[in-house]
Amino acid sequence: MNEPNATPILVADRVQMTFASADSRLEALAEATFSVMPNEFVCLIGPSGCGKSTLLRILGGLVRPTSGRVLFEGRPLTHPLRRIGFLFQRATLMPWRTALRNVALPLEIEGVPRAQAEARALEFLRLVGLEEFAQALPRDLSGGMSHRVALARALVYDPDVLLLDEPFAALDALTREQLNWELLRIWQARRKTVVMVTHNIQEAIFLSDHVLVMSPRPGRIEHKVPIEIPRPRSLDDLYSPQFLELTRTLRAYLR
Amino acid sequence: MQRLGELVSALQRKRGRVPRFNWEYVLIPAVLVAVIFFWDLLVRWRGYPAFLLPSPARVAARFLVAVRDGSLRLHTLVTLREVFGGLALGLSVAILLGYALAKSRTLERILAPYLVASQAIPIVALAPLLVIWFGTGALSKILVCALTLFFPVLINTIVGIRSVEADLMDLMRSLQATRWQTFRYLELPAALPVLFGGLKIGVALSVIGAVVSEFVGADRGLGFLVNLARGLFDTPLMFVALFTLMAIALGLYFLVSLLESLLLRWRWPEE
Repeated sequence: MNEPNATPILVADRVQMTFASADSRLEALAEATFSVMPNEFVCLIGPSGCGKSTLLRILGGLVRPTSGRVLFEGRPLTHPLRRIGFLFQRATLMPWRTALRNVALPLEIEGVPRAQAEARALEFLRLVGLEEFAQALPRDLSGGMSHRVALARALVYDPDVLLLDEPFAALDALTREQLNWELLRIWQARRKTVVMVTHNIQEAIFLSDHVLVMSPRPGRIEHKVPIEIPRPRSLDDLYSPQFLELTRTLRAYLR
Repeated sequence: MQRLGELVSALQRKRGRVPRFNWEYVLIPAVLVAVIFFWDLLVRWRGYPAFLLPSPARVAARFLVAVRDGSLRLHTLVTLREVFGGLALGLSVAILLGYALAKSRTLERILAPYLVASQAIPIVALAPLLVIWFGTGALSKILVCALTLFFPVLINTIVGIRSVEADLMDLMRSLQATRWQTFRYLELPAALPVLFGGLKIGVALSVIGAVVSEFVGADRGLGFLVNLARGLFDTPLMFVALFTLMAIALGLYFLVSLLESLLLRWRWPEE
């Protein structure tokens, strides 16, 4: 998938995180080290509370690690960058903006004129199948639709890296599967580097090139499992022997 | 005056919705008529002299006189100027300081005791001092007005800005939004519902502030007019002044509500 000698786009170099308050210290992450190649889809999986989300926020520059560093294209990351996009657990739409204007927000911040921003936003709403809901306010959208809008917003300004923090965890299983499928479809169409946090084994295998398995808190990367199911993948792959074997392996690692 | 008044429903009609008949528009004036009727009945039945309780007709007559000789207009304009001056000053300082306090826990910790302590002094007790310092002109009135509405608006601003979702703040950071963009696109609209709550309290309090300061030392204004009428045993004029004050407070409240319903349309569910 990648040339063997390509340089990684994102590197976590002995990233360690301790939350300290007046009377307690909590080690959330114990020296996580790994790298992500350009256009790779990587899932971080681990038991809840293992520091996955913290690690993701560090990768995005939203939080400074206690020690260690993150390298983006070889340079230390000290603050959030536009080239690294986020998709949060909740859709986090602005309730006062229509779906269209929510998607247009990143472009408006960039200084793109409003008409142009909205034209481009409409293209991405079409991509997630919500063209007719352009003028709807978030309160009139279902949970699944809100997450599609959030996905469109994360894609519209074309960041190189997309960090997904259990993006569809709050949705029901069917909607979630559908959105994963859509995510895969979009990712296959316009390649991006994706790092996604999840605690769903099937989801991780279905989507990724690599699954990074984390230990319980304080989290560290314990296993790096390559997923060699050929792409493009389809929902039928969920029932292949290879898929079941990988599921078994990952479940054993997580026990 | 529930959240949407007549004007708003007129606006909605313009936007092409079929208005549902609303009993409020009939009941609100009906209550007013009933109150005036019983007031008149009470005066006739007990035979109160005009300096104790004037009949509605005498108040109306006095109102016409005050309108014709221009005195009502003069005093109303004076009070309005104080109210608007106080609003402009009080709101801008309270909102700017509220924003700063909401963003900085350190600043809040340092200033909070002083701000709370300042509220322990009743504004009525502070007003004479301000009149001594700043004279009997408009400035001391504007300051009293501003101080009266300052605290509730400040608290509402802090609560409003703090209520902004952490995830949305993270989103703005990940988009590398500037401080101004974060304020303009996120904090201001997110805080607006709470800010409007503060604004509604603020406009009502600013009228109180103006009257209090005019009581302490003034030679014009509606508060002064109340005082003057009391001295002359001209109770009908007192009623005129009081009703005018009520009208100002209602009018301001209504303006704020109208603005609110226009700006916060996203909050009301469509019917």
